[in-house]
Amino acid sequence: MSESASGTINYLNHDKSIKSWLLTLDHKRIGIMYLIAVSLAFLAGGILAILVRIELMAPGETIMSADAYNQSFTLHAVLMIFTFIIPAVPAVMGNFVLPLQIGAKDVAFPRLNLASFYIYVLGAVIAMAALLVGRIDGGWTFYTPYSTSVGDGILFVTTGVFVMGFSSILTGLNFIVTVHKMRAPGLTWNRLPLFIWSIYATAIVQVLATPVIGITMLLLFLEKFMHIGIFDPALGGDPVLFQHFFWFYSHPAVYIMILPAFGIISDLMGTFSRHQVSGYKFVALSSVAIAFLGFLVWGHHMFVSGQSATSSVVFSLITYLIGIPTGVKVINWVSTMYRGSVQLKTPMLYAIAFLFTFSIGGFTGIMLGVLAIDIHLHDTYFVVAHFHYVMMGGNVIAALGGLHYWWPKITGKMFNEKLGKIAAGLVFFGFNLTFFPQFIMGAQGMPRRYYDYLPEFQGYHLLSTYGSWVLAAGLFLILGYLLASLINGKKAGLNPWGALTLEWTHTTTPPHPHNFLETPIVTRGAYDFHLAKELFATGEEVSEVVTSTH
Amino acid sequence: MANAHSDHPAHLQHHFVSSEQQFDAAKMGMWLFLVTEILLFSGMFVAYIVYRTWHPEVFAHSAELLDPFMGGLNTIVLLASSFTVALGIHYAQKDNKKGLVINLILTFLFALTFLVVKYFEYTAKFEHGVFPGAAFDPHGVSHGVDYALYNIPYARQFFSIYFVMTGIHGFHVLVGMGLFTWITIRALKGEFSSAYYTPVENCGLYWHLVDIIWIFLFPLLYLI
Repeated sequence: MSESASGTINYLNHDKSIKSWLLTLDHKRIGIMYLIAVSLAFLAGGILAILVRIELMAPGETIMSADAYNQSFTLHAVLMIFTFIIPAVPAVMGNFVLPLQIGAKDVAFPRLNLASFYIYVLGAVIAMAALLVGRIDGGWTFYTPYSTSVGDGILFVTTGVFVMGFSSILTGLNFIVTVHKMRAPGLTWNRLPLFIWSIYATAIVQVLATPVIGITMLLLFLEKFMHIGIFDPALGGDPVLFQHFFWFYSHPAVYIMILPAFGIISDLMGTFSRHQVSGYKFVALSSVAIAFLGFLVWGHHMFVSGQSATSSVVFSLITYLIGIPTGVKVINWVSTMYRGSVQLKTPMLYAIAFLFTFSIGGFTGIMLGVLAIDIHLHDTYFVVAHFHYVMMGGNVIAALGGLHYWWPKITGKMFNEKLGKIAAGLVFFGFNLTFFPQFIMGAQGMPRRYYDYLPEFQGYHLLSTYGSWVLAAGLFLILGYLLASLINGKKAGLNPWGALTLEWTHTTTPPHPHNFLETPIVTRGAYDFHLAKELFATGEEVSEVVTSTH
Repeated sequence: MANAHSDHPAHLQHHFVSSEQQFDAAKMGMWLFLVTEILLFSGMFVAYIVYRTWHPEVFAHSAELLDPFMGGLNTIVLLASSFTVALGIHYAQKDNKKGLVINLILTFLFALTFLVVKYFEYTAKFEHGVFPGAAFDPHGVSHGVDYALYNIPYARQFFSIYFVMTGIHGFHVLVGMGLFTWITIRALKGEFSSAYYTPVENCGLYWHLVDIIWIFLFPLLYLI
């Protein structure tokens, strides 16, 4: 265990040919390929977001026509949701970390894993081809009859989403089987890292919900292509049925986006508080509870669609229930920090930022679940602000925390801690400046997706746009110092954060191609710091962390 | 067979500890895949239920155009194929290569029969303008049936659902034929034995699912 990482064989240096990357069955390399792919998707979606924000700096036309604006925000959403945020954490960090954390040599089905990467790429390319064909401008929800009445771009988008769905299903299926069948000896369910629990819950949602968007996209495709009359009211179809189908997937998909973030935060809270995560079992099972309840609330997107009042009341009540397991998590994270000894390293800054941004996103979600309030706020910027607080303030901030946390393990290099902290500050400040004004103007009646607006909203729009620049600056700073660390970063030790999960304690940095030289035997829980005598008796890693903090 | 008793059998992939672990993982993965298949079809079943509830008389009337004899024949064919694939797995477990190959080929032929019957059903509809979607325009008379009587509002929905459901099901049958071709070749090479028959078992599971979905489609579309 104490051997130096230098000069040893690892998954990066054992074979450097292009072919060995493109055809790799190694979950770590597949994770990195996903990292590059989803980062490009994030960049593309981000550029569109910046353009949309610039357009909204003043009422009327600023830099683009109304048509271009409609296509920009639609494509921003499609790229961010289907090509970035859904695969981001499960496919990147799930792939890289999951087998390592459970002491396995790989996922259960490595070939399927590689196939799901290429299926994802294919789907993403098809979806982006819609740009060339043109006119997808009705928002990412593709509501009928509008979506089937304009341009052929929708055919490509539905096909792309359908294809990417397979990728998501195969990844989820792979992870469920891996967690069930591949855990190292001694790694019982109660000892699993909470990241595994949340990836497991995510995988369940991926497997159960994604087939429904598959058939929905197929029916939408056929509606547009052949006019089968299921969703198009002009032919006797029912557009509300489409909304039910769509949200039956797309609401659980929200939990595909947020559950893995919960897992990262739990790991960060435990590791950087040097303490067992409070209420471990509750935090673990609340992920499963959220996955389950997430299937029963889709109707809260449809309070103004014409669904029956009874349905709306039931959906509203179940929506409140989601607040319980989510609250259990937030309270236990705070309690972990309170009882532990908090180390304010860059990944932990993201975890703390997450507590603020996600809590605001979560609370406003409960507000939107209230029937009367939703009627007022429906389709306003309040909703836009809410889901960005959950998606960006929840998922992306957690993903950044996870990326910083595992970066030394992935690359073997430390990033610049000082720049890391500055960037975390910029991201947190820029994010809030971008989206908090949107709550206010939304509550005052600014509708979402509008190209033009009343002059009294301009102040809020300006703040929001300035915020988006700060946010972008923070994100580019991160990109810069992470790439720089590959060239001149300090070599990472075996366990620079003093974590207790297997990827830090039982393998080299970066990991061996087969992960472990011998199968680990687990004797304690993922956060049993009180049992980790080796770490506190003489452990160099912990003292390294302590000395560099001061 | 030669490697069945050696320490590291050829079929065992490096990341698994034992053949049992590999078999369990593959089987669990297959069951999960079947769950996703059921959810894929469930969307169409929901569409069927919704439109049937709204327009029960149109659905009952339109269903008369479907031929219960052809549908019943296909039901028997599929049930027989489920039996032969189960027999195939049994023979694989008993190290009986000949029995395995014969039953796999029989299953393939039953699947082919199913699609041939389906072809005749589809073309008989198309001849009289019974298409899914915009081209739906029933006309003409054949075997004493006046197709124009079925050109009524919401009949388009019934036939759209019929063609989409049976079409996707038929696609699954086609995929099944591909799978049986693949494992028949592997069986001929002697790759399967009582020590390793995971692909046979998993293809069998897939085939039973295709069968079960038809068991639901047949009464819903043809009989009620």
